[in-house]
Amino acid sequence: MELTDYMLLFAGMGLVTYIPRWLPLLYLSHKRLSQWLVDWLSMIPVAILTALLTPILFANASPRTLDLTKLELLIAIPTFLVAWRTKSLGGTVIVGMLLYWLTGMLW
Amino acid sequence: MNNDSNHLPVSKQFYLRELREGFGASWPICLGYFPIGLALGVLAQQAGLPWWAVLLMSIMVFAGSSQFICIAMLAGGASLLSIIATTLVVNLRHALMSSALAVHLQDVNRWFLSLFAYGITDESFAVNMVRFRDQEWSKWSALGVNQLANLVWIISTVSGTVIGQFIPQGAFGINYALTAMFICLLIYQLRGAIFLLTALATALIALAWYLLIPGDSYIVGASMGGATLGFLIKRWQRSEHGTD
Repeated sequence: MELTDYMLLFAGMGLVTYIPRWLPLLYLSHKRLSQWLVDWLSMIPVAILTALLTPILFANASPRTLDLTKLELLIAIPTFLVAWRTKSLGGTVIVGMLLYWLTGMLW
Repeated sequence: MNNDSNHLPVSKQFYLRELREGFGASWPICLGYFPIGLALGVLAQQAGLPWWAVLLMSIMVFAGSSQFICIAMLAGGASLLSIIATTLVVNLRHALMSSALAVHLQDVNRWFLSLFAYGITDESFAVNMVRFRDQEWSKWSALGVNQLANLVWIISTVSGTVIGQFIPQGAFGINYALTAMFICLLIYQLRGAIFLLTALATALIALAWYLLIPGDSYIVGASMGGATLGFLIKRWQRSEHGTD
C-alpha cells in the first residue's frame, strides 16, 4: 500500500472513531440533563468496567468458551483484595503484574 | 520546568499545574499501554506496515483494539471499507463514555471538548470518572490524563516496529497491567449495594453475550443492559422509601 492508501484508510478509521467520542460530549454538555439520564449515566462506569473485565477473567478467546481456571481469574482474587485494602491504582497494578508474572512461571 | 513557567502569566501556570496533575494520574495507563503498543508495532511490522504508517494510525485513530483488528484485516487482504466499518462498530462504545463524561464537563467550550474527545479511551475514561467524582478534578487535569496516554501510545507503537521483536513475551507480567488497573477502577466504582448488583448483572449478561455472539457488541450491550437494570433498581428503591 502507498501513502495515499494508508491516509485514506486511517482518515476513515479516525473519523468513525472520533465521531462517537465527540458528538455525545458536545451535545450533552450544553444541554440541561434530566435527572433520569444523570442517574442512568452514573451506572455506566461500573457497567463498562465489568463488561470489559468479564471475558478476560472468565472466558477463552478462540474459540469462545467459559473457563473458570484461568490464571487471570486466580490472580484477580488477590488483586481485588489489594485494590480493596489499599485503594491505590499504581500499587494494585504493580502487585497484579508481579503476581501474574511469578505465578505464570509456576503455572 | 519551573524556570520556564515563571515567565508565563499566572493563568498559564495554573493550567500547567493542572495538566501535570493529570500526567501524574495517567502513569498506570501508560504502564499498561507500553507493552500493548510494542506488541501492536511488532504485529504491524510483520504484516508489512512501515513505521510511518503505524505512526499515522496511532495519531489519527488512537484506539487500541481497532488498530489490532485493522492490522489483522490488512494482513488478511480485507478491503479498506470493511476495515473502516469494523472500526466503527468496535469503537461505538466510546459514545457511552462520552455521554457519561458530559455530566462532569457541563458548559465547557466546544473547542476544548473537541480536543478532549480525541483522547477518550476505556482507560482514560475510567481514570477520569473516578477523579471527577471523588475530588476536585479540572478539565485540564482530565486532558492531561488523555494526552500523556496518547503520547505513550504513539511512542510505544512506533517503537514496536523497530525494537519489539527483541523483547521477551510476557516479561514482568506486564500483560496483566491493564487488567489489574480495571480491577482497581472497578473497586472504586463499587460504592454500595446498587453498584454491586449492577456489576453482577452486567457480568452475567456480558459473559453470556460474549459466548453466544461473535464480535465486540457484548461491551455496549451488556453495559447498557446492566446500567439500565441498576437504574431501575435505584428508581424502585427511591419510590419505596419515598425519597427523591
